[in-house]
Amino acid sequence: MTGPATIFDRPNTYIGQPTPRQDTDRLLQGRGKYVDDVQLPRMVHAAFHRSPHAHAKIVSIDVSAAKAMPGVIAIYTGKDLAETVTPYVGVLTHLAGLRSAPQHPIAVDVARWQGEPVVMVVATSRALAEDAVEVIEVEYDPLPAACDAETALDASAPVIHKDFGSNLAWERLVDVGDVEAALKAEGVTVVEREFRFGRHTGVTLEPRSAVCDYDPSENQLTMYYSGQAPHMMQVILSKHLGVPEENVRVISNDVGGSFGIKIHTYGDEVAAAAVAKLLKRPVKFTADRHESFLTDIHARDHVVTGKMGVDANGKIVAIDFDDLTGIGPFSMYPRTSAIECNQVLNLTGAPYDLENYRARGRVVFQNKNMMCQYRAVGHPIAMAICDGLIEDAARAINIDPVEMRRRNLMRDDSYPRASASGMKLDDLSHQKALDRLVEIMDYEALRADQEEARKKGIHRGIGFVSMVEVTNPSPMFYGIGGAPIASQDGATARLDAGGALHISSSVTEQGQGTNAILAQIAAGVFGVPIERVKVTTGDTATVPYGGGTWASRGAGIGGEAMLQAAHALKEQVLDVAAVMLQAEADTLDIRNGAVVDAKNGTERMPLADLARTVYYRGNELPSDLNPELIATRHYRVTDFPFVFTNGAMAAHVEVDTDTGFTKVLGFWAVEDCGRVINPMLVDEQVRGGVVQGIGGALYEECIYSEDGQMLNTTMADYMVPMAAEMPDIVVSHIETPSKTSVLGAKGAGEAGTGGAPAALLNAVNDALAPLDTSIWQMPMTPERILKVLGKV
Amino acid sequence: MKAPDFRYERPESLSAALALLADEANGAQPLAGGQSLMPMLNFRVAAPEMLVDLSGVAELRGISDSGDSIRIGAMTRYRDLAEWSDLEAKLPLVALALPHIAHHAIRNRGTIGGSISLADPAAEMPALMMALDAEITLTSADGERTVPASEFFLGFYETAREENELVTSVRVPAATSGQRSAFYELAPRHGDYAMAGVAMVADAASPITNLRAAFFGIAGQPIRLSVLEAALNGKAPDDEAAITVATAAFDEVDFIDDLKASAATRRHLAGVVLKRALAEL
Ligand SMILES: Cc1cc2nc3c(=O)[nH]c(=O)nc-3n(C[C@H](O)[C@H](O)[C@H](O)COP(=O)(O)OP(=O)(O)OC[C@H]3O[C@@H](n4cnc5c(N)ncnc54)[C@H](O)[C@@H]3O)c2cc1C
Repeated sequence: MTGPATIFDRPNTYIGQPTPRQDTDRLLQGRGKYVDDVQLPRMVHAAFHRSPHAHAKIVSIDVSAAKAMPGVIAIYTGKDLAETVTPYVGVLTHLAGLRSAPQHPIAVDVARWQGEPVVMVVATSRALAEDAVEVIEVEYDPLPAACDAETALDASAPVIHKDFGSNLAWERLVDVGDVEAALKAEGVTVVEREFRFGRHTGVTLEPRSAVCDYDPSENQLTMYYSGQAPHMMQVILSKHLGVPEENVRVISNDVGGSFGIKIHTYGDEVAAAAVAKLLKRPVKFTADRHESFLTDIHARDHVVTGKMGVDANGKIVAIDFDDLTGIGPFSMYPRTSAIECNQVLNLTGAPYDLENYRARGRVVFQNKNMMCQYRAVGHPIAMAICDGLIEDAARAINIDPVEMRRRNLMRDDSYPRASASGMKLDDLSHQKALDRLVEIMDYEALRADQEEARKKGIHRGIGFVSMVEVTNPSPMFYGIGGAPIASQDGATARLDAGGALHISSSVTEQGQGTNAILAQIAAGVFGVPIERVKVTTGDTATVPYGGGTWASRGAGIGGEAMLQAAHALKEQVLDVAAVMLQAEADTLDIRNGAVVDAKNGTERMPLADLARTVYYRGNELPSDLNPELIATRHYRVTDFPFVFTNGAMAAHVEVDTDTGFTKVLGFWAVEDCGRVINPMLVDEQVRGGVVQGIGGALYEECIYSEDGQMLNTTMADYMVPMAAEMPDIVVSHIETPSKTSVLGAKGAGEAGTGGAPAALLNAVNDALAPLDTSIWQMPMTPERILKVLGKV
Repeated sequence: MKAPDFRYERPESLSAALALLADEANGAQPLAGGQSLMPMLNFRVAAPEMLVDLSGVAELRGISDSGDSIRIGAMTRYRDLAEWSDLEAKLPLVALALPHIAHHAIRNRGTIGGSISLADPAAEMPALMMALDAEITLTSADGERTVPASEFFLGFYETAREENELVTSVRVPAATSGQRSAFYELAPRHGDYAMAGVAMVADAASPITNLRAAFFGIAGQPIRLSVLEAALNGKAPDDEAAITVATAAFDEVDFIDDLKASAATRRHLAGVVLKRALAEL
């Protein structure tokens, strides 16, 4: 892609600088404005009676006592709201064969998972609404439930949606080359393992929340929404509540973390919007922690049997696996719950040169909370399958795991090319990343330490992963399949009369610093001090149209649109300046808030003078000059379905073989996210991602009873990783800019979460290797480790 | 997760607090640091009609040292104990255990009386009381009585305390000269309730003399096992054979089986914490 050439070496660029975020003072001083902070006149509060059963017929609902409770305004059942909200179905046409049943915001007739909303109470406070929920009487007739994904396809399993005849939601087979022949070939060693990945969830600091306000005089619905994709939500509310799109405004200001949890359609949020419309007054719903655990989408929950064949030289000859994943009773709307399995099939083995690849994925309905896209969708599974088997095979043929990778990684000079599964790849640096990793972790020293420790009966292990991350998705991700989700994003840059830059963008801020990097890009490319940039995001009424922030797309797509808009504005301003200064535009530049001579930087005119003349004293300008001090540009990825990033990570652990406890001693991550806009923010993205990956590998699991009751819905029982247990995480960058944009930024938000679990798995198994045992189930809890050690 | 409505009282004296508890019509429950009770209220697993906040009752606060024993008022916070300058000298076992109890923020508010009254099976403080042969003073409007720790903890969140009584203080014997203490617990993350733990004191370490080892997190209440203690007394703390004999005493324990660990795992871990604590005795 061609574009302005001087962007990155301008004297006042902020791109690449560890510039502090502009919003830190505001947030640290408690001035953030989250959805639960929104207080509107006449606002009422929602609470839900939720199904206590995994699967049950709703025989009768008696709300008479609840209606009489203090403060209660109204009570709604699924049937009541079905008159206001049309049902939705979570399928996409490009996921051929995917099926799901119509979903209502509140269950109608049958409840299909524990936690599904069954009755909604609206009262003058949340506490009073909860009081009323307690006295609602619902008579259930429990139905046989299909909770366990592994038996959900058995002929004897209860079928959740009768019309489908089975609980199969989707199935896909990728079969490339000749796997059978490759695995049977002479001299090939085959390793085979069964992997189990527990369910976990995002645990955002700010729970899901929505304040919905309806003004009947204009048929206007406004939703203050803790979410990542405001324009998507605008379309969904419009479509299912029958309000014209332009009359739905979705505002996502400060969002306290999202991790993919907040890009989906949740019944309780849709119900809040519907009831705002019915009552013609604002309705607030804020999930409490118990509700969050029960109803925020869960992720992972895969059982995989995988095989890898390697020849005597350690060359991988084939990967063959079968992935089964349970997604709850419906495919989530509108992104569907087949994407994670699809990603597993697409991404496994993608860093490696591989000819024979067979992958089967099955996605099944079950009576548990719904499963959908959470940070690093499918990646931890894909990376653990391939890199877990690589290290297993390396042990089997006695090759060092780093050397094993060196023999199999795609060469850095071999792009563009495709992965075995057909993913188009470009601008990756697996070899460089692995070399850097080995260097920064001092691999040799760690191996020497390991040997010494083993003599003392201390079991330390080192594990690696080479990984890819899907970022900057093109329309091929969702739009192509019919989802109302923009893959392009827009940015606007406006020069105000005082010489400040006002920018807005359709990507959103959820705490990761999107607004900060937008300001950095705009300030640098246009040429003002960053203090003079004001950013607006997250309001469908005021920002350009676009997708929002998810799938690590904010910087790569939103950032490029910002770059283009700032550059366009600069050219427009210089055209005006050229006339006012009677100079050629290409001899001028904008630096530090002033128009200057490009050659020597001599100031010619402060931007404020130019803007004031244009805005206030247009009479001084020639009448054929039409200054445009605002520019908007849009950007989408065109030549590739995704822009992949790559990384190499290593974990160093000590397994206490008496207790089964694993201590993470160190973690190293080398990441290539293309151009780094703000190293401080990228490093923290990587670290935060790694911590979430460590969570998935060692601690986090949504534990269900056999009859589909989630048992650990508190922060005491669902264990998130905590600072005291976290190792130092050393981050290093390789920068191979993407050729798909001028900015060259790829995403960085999910790599840690995608890669860390495989590195941890490998490290633990490396530690256990002398004891002739290994573990293939995550989280690797003390009890599970003691079990594979034969101690319990 | 909003507490149901309740009345709130903050009496300024012990007698006023006891009077509120004495009147059954009040449906009153004492509130100490609130670190367990507030979440229970929000989850609606506790729904008292009245909360009697003890934070205004001066008689319940403070640590007093009478030489061979220490009286700790029920409303003494973990933090107050940690900051008591004589803690290491007088109650070294408590000093060892404190950093393992929850986190700073919780130790700033949580109280000794609250922990003892709650009797969480995995809590450290009840086990410390058992190991140290402490006495617990209970007071009601009708008077005061003293119960040895060994008779106070009866089961899962169950104690000898009557509803109209307050735990007003504990009396803990001060460490005798030469006394050894050891503490070891296994919690998945620092500050979590332990999956297995043991607090122990002995008059001497090698050979082990007069061992008192209280396990927590493994059964419904903190437990001492006389067979285990007898098997270890007179032996060296690293005597593997003696430890093996001692752990046979776990046969009589009804181990907790829950999300964090099965009964079999807890039994295994109880053996590990015993061994590790002995190594530190
Ligand atoms: C995140 C977290 C982690 C924790 N980790 C640990 C841990 O590792 N180990 C541990 O031991 N604890 C842990 N706790 C619990 C904490 O230590 C307890 O909350 C505390 O010990 C109870 O004391 P409190 O003063 O907060 O009691 P409250 O919560 O106020 O009361 C607890 C119960 O005792 C009753 N009560 C209180 N005082 C009296 C009294 N004087 N007489 C009669 N009844 C009374 C109350 O009515 C209530 O039933 C943790 C708590 C949290 C929130």
